[in-house]
Amino acid sequence: MFDALSRRGFLLRASALGCSAAASPFMTPMTFAQAPGDNRLVVIILRGAMDGLDVVRPIGDRLLRQYRPGLGMSLDSTTMDLDGYFALHPALSDLMPLWKQGELAAAHAVSTPYRDKRSHFDGQDLLEAGTGADVDGPQVRDGWLNRMLQVLPGAGSETAFAIGRSEMKLVSGRAPVSSWSPDGRLDMSPQARLLLEEIYHDDPLFQVTSMDAIAIAENLGLASDNSFGMSGKDMRAAVKTGSAAGDASVLANFAARRLNEEARIAAFSLGGWDTHRAQTRGISRALGNLQDAILTLKRELGPRWDKTAVVAVTEFGRTARENGTRGTDHGTGGAMILAGGAIRGGRVYGEWPGLEEVALYARRDLMPTSDVRSYIAWLMHGLYGLEKSTLGTVVFPGLQLGRDPGLLV
Amino acid sequence: MAFTPDIAAIRFGEGLASGIDPAASVDALLDQLRGPDLAAQEFPIPKLAELHEKFAKVSTLQRAARRGRNGTDAEELIKSYKQARRDLNLRLKGAFAPVFSRSISTAQPFRERLTRFWADHFTVVGKNNLTRNAVSSYIEESIRPYIAGRFTDMLKAVMTSPMMLDYLDQSMSIGPNSRAAKGRRGLNENLARELLELHTLGVGGAYTQTDVRQLAELLTGMSTEISSGFVFRPKIVEPGAETVLGQSYGGGSPAIEDVMAFLDDVALHPDTVRHIARKLAVHFTSDAPDEGMIANMADAYSSTGGDLMAVYDAMLRHPFAWTSFGQKVKQPVDFVVSAMRVLEIPPASLHKLSGSKRMAYVIGPMAGMGQQWHRPGGPDGWPEEAEAWVTPQGLAARIQWAMAAPSAFFRSLPDPRDFVISALGSVADDKVKFAARAAETRREGVGLILASPAFQRR
Repeated sequence: MFDALSRRGFLLRASALGCSAAASPFMTPMTFAQAPGDNRLVVIILRGAMDGLDVVRPIGDRLLRQYRPGLGMSLDSTTMDLDGYFALHPALSDLMPLWKQGELAAAHAVSTPYRDKRSHFDGQDLLEAGTGADVDGPQVRDGWLNRMLQVLPGAGSETAFAIGRSEMKLVSGRAPVSSWSPDGRLDMSPQARLLLEEIYHDDPLFQVTSMDAIAIAENLGLASDNSFGMSGKDMRAAVKTGSAAGDASVLANFAARRLNEEARIAAFSLGGWDTHRAQTRGISRALGNLQDAILTLKRELGPRWDKTAVVAVTEFGRTARENGTRGTDHGTGGAMILAGGAIRGGRVYGEWPGLEEVALYARRDLMPTSDVRSYIAWLMHGLYGLEKSTLGTVVFPGLQLGRDPGLLV
Repeated sequence: MAFTPDIAAIRFGEGLASGIDPAASVDALLDQLRGPDLAAQEFPIPKLAELHEKFAKVSTLQRAARRGRNGTDAEELIKSYKQARRDLNLRLKGAFAPVFSRSISTAQPFRERLTRFWADHFTVVGKNNLTRNAVSSYIEESIRPYIAGRFTDMLKAVMTSPMMLDYLDQSMSIGPNSRAAKGRRGLNENLARELLELHTLGVGGAYTQTDVRQLAELLTGMSTEISSGFVFRPKIVEPGAETVLGQSYGGGSPAIEDVMAFLDDVALHPDTVRHIARKLAVHFTSDAPDEGMIANMADAYSSTGGDLMAVYDAMLRHPFAWTSFGQKVKQPVDFVVSAMRVLEIPPASLHKLSGSKRMAYVIGPMAGMGQQWHRPGGPDGWPEEAEAWVTPQGLAARIQWAMAAPSAFFRSLPDPRDFVISALGSVADDKVKFAARAAETRREGVGLILASPAFQRR
């Protein structure tokens, strides 16, 4: 369906844009610059606060079942056992082979520096900004993935892709990032296209955005008038991806295609994690999507999977105890999921704080013992050779990287 | 730049339309909110209260079908359940036509804009089979009648709406020491948190996790019943008094008045005042609004006990409301209705649209622009920043709709050279006028005007 989206298509389209094509990101010399190495990084933002204690369950601690009698924390299933202490949520059972092959790992008791207010929206902003909590939220407009691209040698406009329609503050900033969503097509004459450029010319926001809008949309093919460029199937897909969960395998599929070409970095979001009630049902659905995404990436990347690191992060964890409605409320420490052939898997990273009430954050949440940013920074160091000093100042300002956890093979 | 009627219509209305005079002064703009709600009279939408009986009927039929699934009349039971559900959904989805018709044809467009603003402030999404398409009825009942009144009254209407209580899980929350809990069930702090974070104080407000918890305890008892809507259930109320934001509430026998007393107080909290004033200013004027204007709005709020008319008055009389013209980008729904308004699409043709056309012409494209109608991603509603909407895929969908939608509604389109004036009036710039002249076809000329930054911005 998206085979038309080829590099040749991009370049042809860019030349058709005429005089102002020189300003197009698709015509800058960066497009032809050597790609930064062979390693791939996929960042998945899990929006809504994934319950780390449910996904990577510390079943070795009897308090878990005491805190969560209604959340299905049974002991009897040994098939999901990870290391004798932690067990994986049953909805991720198709990922167990990856765990056994050393291609799946988790880091537990992690968090961003965000504390106390437990707002999804501020929590996600901070996660994507990659700063400390001392920086005022709204002032940080760019994201850490974009700042990384700014210092990544050889990075061009097709090095990184933001996929899907939800806003990704993670990739916003000065460095060019391509974007794509499963819908959006364009149909107009060359004359109209030139006029459109002209009316967007003096409005910086529209001018910059329209370049990508036209190039991407037209490469997806032309459509007839009465369908508005969307088939009924596209429309249903659009409605579906607009919903909280999104179509994980479509997003992952596209990510893999780009990563098989020039792209080295891809980012997208998966929703559906805000499990205030009936958690066993809600989280299984969300985990099913995450599992689909990881398995799709592995399958579609083929041999490149060995050079790939997938990291799935969320804004914060959830309460250690279940709430009054078979769910959990907003918490602090949580878990991150790592996958890929480049990952040294088969282990749970991090310093485990325990579940005793005194060991909990504010006597209610898993105590965070490490910063999600430091794991990501060490990944970037290992995958792309970025200096620790750069990572701790430019990409994640103020971050102390700490000891190398050795996440990569 | 001071008040001009064209800007008033574009910034605080649904855009220009030939045949409907824009407000000629700030007073005239405010007058749109006074007196009878003409658009609501012309294009009625059922209030949620009118639907409970129907919800209950469908739900009874569903239970009967489930109970009788092995019986001889199983097929009949399923058929009548499905029929009732289909009828209900057809009726609820039908609210599309009156909602859009109001915006397209009203002479009181400020009402429509404020209704959408407050519906977004108090975002709900229908969570189950019955309420999935009932958001318009929630808005009709709990938002629209209050937009020109006191904030407290809207807050109370929303907090006693079954849609909000279900959406943020309050109806399931039970005082852990109440009789009904029996040591098994308990609190859910979802609504308590969002009430403080989103609806009143704002995330920067002076509240702590303890306040959230105490408020969750105070809110116990606020619940819903499928056949009657809101109910207060003394049996699930957490015993004892709660202290929220330094004030003690309750402690006697369970009473809804304790919750109402808290809502009265929090509506006038200085953090709420600032949060509401800023949010209105951001929505209507700029992503970085003038602090002096916000201060005037906050003063008006405080000195009148939260009279929203006074707050709007303070905003509209501040020069920034007019000098900042163009700093906001229309959200997809605003873009689509303003285009339909200037195209003079007759309301009758909206009423005649089939479900699949509705999806293909309006709802689907809006989703492509990033706004799935009545389905925001979370209780914080839709984003405000221009950058959240002007994305490559979002803009592509706007351009595509601008080029394709008008000719889907009309066989012959207006001359672009005239249309540029009816759409943009005195704010049409030379580039758009040039494009309107130079386009090869009427379709593309009209599309270019609608896709232009001059039409996308307000």
